[in-house]
Amino acid sequence: MKRPIIQFDNFSFKYRTQMDVTLKQINLTIYEGEKILILGPSGSGKSTLSQCINGLIPNSYSGDITGTLLVCNKEPAKVGIFEMSKSVGTVLQDPDGQFIGLTVAEDIAFSMENECVAQPIMKQKVQEAATLVSIDHLLEQPPQELSGGQKQRVSIAGVMTEQVEILLFDEPLANLDPAAGKYTIELIDQIHQLSDTTVIIIEHRLEDVLHRQVDRIIVMDNGEIVADMNPDMLLSGNILTTVGIREPLYITALKYANCKIQEHQKPSQLNSYITEIEKNNIQTWYNSYTKEKTQEKEEEILAIEKVFFSYANKRPVLQDVQFTIKKGEMISIVGKNGAGKSTLAKLICGFEQVNDGRILFRGKDMANDGIAKRAEKIGYVMQNPNQMISKSLIFEEVALGLIARGLSEEETKQRVEATLKICGLYPFRNWPVSALSFGQKKRVTIASILVLNPEIIILDEPTAGQDFRHYTEIMKFLEELNRNHGITILMITHDMHLMLEYTTRGIVIADGKLIFDQKTSEILTNSNIVEQASLKVTSLFELAKACEIENPIDFIESFIEYDREVREHGADAILHA
Amino acid sequence: MAQMLSYMHKDTWIHRLSGVTKMLYFILWSIVGMVTYDTRVLMVMFVISIILFSMSKTSFYQVKTVFTIIGIFLTINILAIFLFSPLEGTKIYQSRTDLLHLFGSYVITKEQLFYEFNVALKYFTVIPVALMFIVTTNPSEFAASLSKLGVKYTIGYSIALALRYIPDIQKDFTEIKRAQEARGLDMSKSAKFSHRVKNMMAILFPLIFTSLERIDTISNAMELRGFGKKKKRSWYRERPFTKTDYVSIAFIFIFSVLAFVVTFIDGTRFYNPFI
Repeated sequence: MKRPIIQFDNFSFKYRTQMDVTLKQINLTIYEGEKILILGPSGSGKSTLSQCINGLIPNSYSGDITGTLLVCNKEPAKVGIFEMSKSVGTVLQDPDGQFIGLTVAEDIAFSMENECVAQPIMKQKVQEAATLVSIDHLLEQPPQELSGGQKQRVSIAGVMTEQVEILLFDEPLANLDPAAGKYTIELIDQIHQLSDTTVIIIEHRLEDVLHRQVDRIIVMDNGEIVADMNPDMLLSGNILTTVGIREPLYITALKYANCKIQEHQKPSQLNSYITEIEKNNIQTWYNSYTKEKTQEKEEEILAIEKVFFSYANKRPVLQDVQFTIKKGEMISIVGKNGAGKSTLAKLICGFEQVNDGRILFRGKDMANDGIAKRAEKIGYVMQNPNQMISKSLIFEEVALGLIARGLSEEETKQRVEATLKICGLYPFRNWPVSALSFGQKKRVTIASILVLNPEIIILDEPTAGQDFRHYTEIMKFLEELNRNHGITILMITHDMHLMLEYTTRGIVIADGKLIFDQKTSEILTNSNIVEQASLKVTSLFELAKACEIENPIDFIESFIEYDREVREHGADAILHA
Repeated sequence: MAQMLSYMHKDTWIHRLSGVTKMLYFILWSIVGMVTYDTRVLMVMFVISIILFSMSKTSFYQVKTVFTIIGIFLTINILAIFLFSPLEGTKIYQSRTDLLHLFGSYVITKEQLFYEFNVALKYFTVIPVALMFIVTTNPSEFAASLSKLGVKYTIGYSIALALRYIPDIQKDFTEIKRAQEARGLDMSKSAKFSHRVKNMMAILFPLIFTSLERIDTISNAMELRGFGKKKKRSWYRERPFTKTDYVSIAFIFIFSVLAFVVTFIDGTRFYNPFI
């Protein structure tokens, strides 16, 4: 038996600023050299658990602890963050926020500097660590010039310079494009295999983490551990649905096709899992399901014509981009970090001006319309709601744009209230914004845009950092706006599930050029496009191939439609229809 | 905007100097420049400043805005001296050569012109060196040299970190500003001043919040990686002293001593061509 390295014994924790206990009676032992995934929805306590391990709790975030916790035979509460940092290396969620140095090399060297390591040794170790995560060619780069994935690799290299026993990854996949996320999971696996380090990953994106084997998965919900088992056992049970974690899509598809998920068959490995039984079931399901024809939209609302753009004297950001959008469409814009997606949105909203080409709204060139004028037709919702909210009460926040436009008090009140009702925020109208959750704040920002009656809304990463429950909530709301209120929606996203499930069409941008403009199911099955744009092939495609389905694109579309119906009406409704 | 008055990586002998050398040079140079009114010394310093400035390959674009601001201050300063004390030069040089009588007691004298010329010259001896120091010294190296000169490293590092985050906060600012403009808050010059101030508050509030978020993450990240654990730390960016460093330091010390000797040898800080 291996040596226990982390031991929680009847451990509870309550933040000083909160009424309720965040972690309840945790009993958990993690052994040396294990690779563990801690899974749970937002607010389940999984991040709190990780902060107990690295000592941020209770040293930076104070509160009351009962029970005991031993990490590498030390009590984090007693020895403090510095002492813990010798044993536990933490890679934080936000790769931007934790980049401390002015260049890559300095950032990697940061903890060695604090340890007073001599410069020649430092230079050598930086070189080694950078080579390990293949960023050695970027050592002199400032952080502004790196992609999210590269920044994260810098953070990983930084903790690799210390001889830590435990590596802690706090939501390593948030903010990364799909290909970078996949690479991160592979990199973590490689590091785990090369060293004897114990690896702990905190995430809610199960399918992405399972790209590589993990030893054990600990599922948390409401501050308690609800499951502690191997991935195969977890996938064959139904705990995931109960706590609101999305199971891998191929597992859902198998379940729809009446396959019983068997633990001994190792469902965490898709390719080896499929036997004749599964193949037959899937084929039967596919052949029996006929999907509805979707209606083509007709009326053109926005046209981008041969648009070129570059920031002053720099390399071109967008080159010869051309596409049209029809009224009532819901579209994804996808591509690598820094490919030019956000810039495109900024050009449409008039935040930046095109160097060449035209942007037409209902056939009329918008070149002479200012930001505020365009905002009445096209609204833009930023990724981080805190970047937009400037009033303390919800009503005031939503009313801001109308008051600025000089509307009468009466009309303002009427329009704000109507919008708040659509957004499900009416009961909270007199609440302070600070009392809302992240997802609700997001809703407030959408409401504050919606109140201006735009015909198109552009959202930058609408679901970033959201767990499945909140994600579904936001997306359902957007879908409703799209269907019932006829608002055209454009989303910039890294989330392949989102693109596949909620949007019919995807615009793929790579290195400033539009490389594909097609149905989303076709994008995620085209390996050439997937590679160029740093996306990820969906596991449904692999399932379709493994089951020898001739038209995988049609299979995926069928799944998406069926899945949506199941989630809307429950499985029984469809069976009896 | 982001490139303005911030460190630019270039490869000249000045860039290669250790931060400590540049800092010492800058401090001594400024002291001499502030103390002396000796025109000969100032002229020599002015020439050296210009030579160094051009050797550092600093483009004027980088420092243009700062130059303009300083230019305005200089003008105000010079006018103010004349306004409040039109015969200051006469007092200092103990001689009076009238050139032009304006009104009342306001007379332009040769001595006053010469005195004010010296004041302007002082500006121009120190400013190029100061700006050059900023644009040729890597902020981390600057922090390293501060700690070498005995300043607590947490202070030096905070300054370097602030410089590191200026571009990020500028970016946040622009994004928030545009998002608020899109909601109809006019921040252009066409809006009334009171409206503009009010609308600017709508940027400030979210900017402060996002910056606080940043600070929270960054301070956690720093603590988790042992910042502040020990009394001392080493520096990845610290440059070892080279021969050029020793030569430069020797030069600035000798120069300072000589400058003081030349300045004070006749008993005052001023060089007097009028007697």
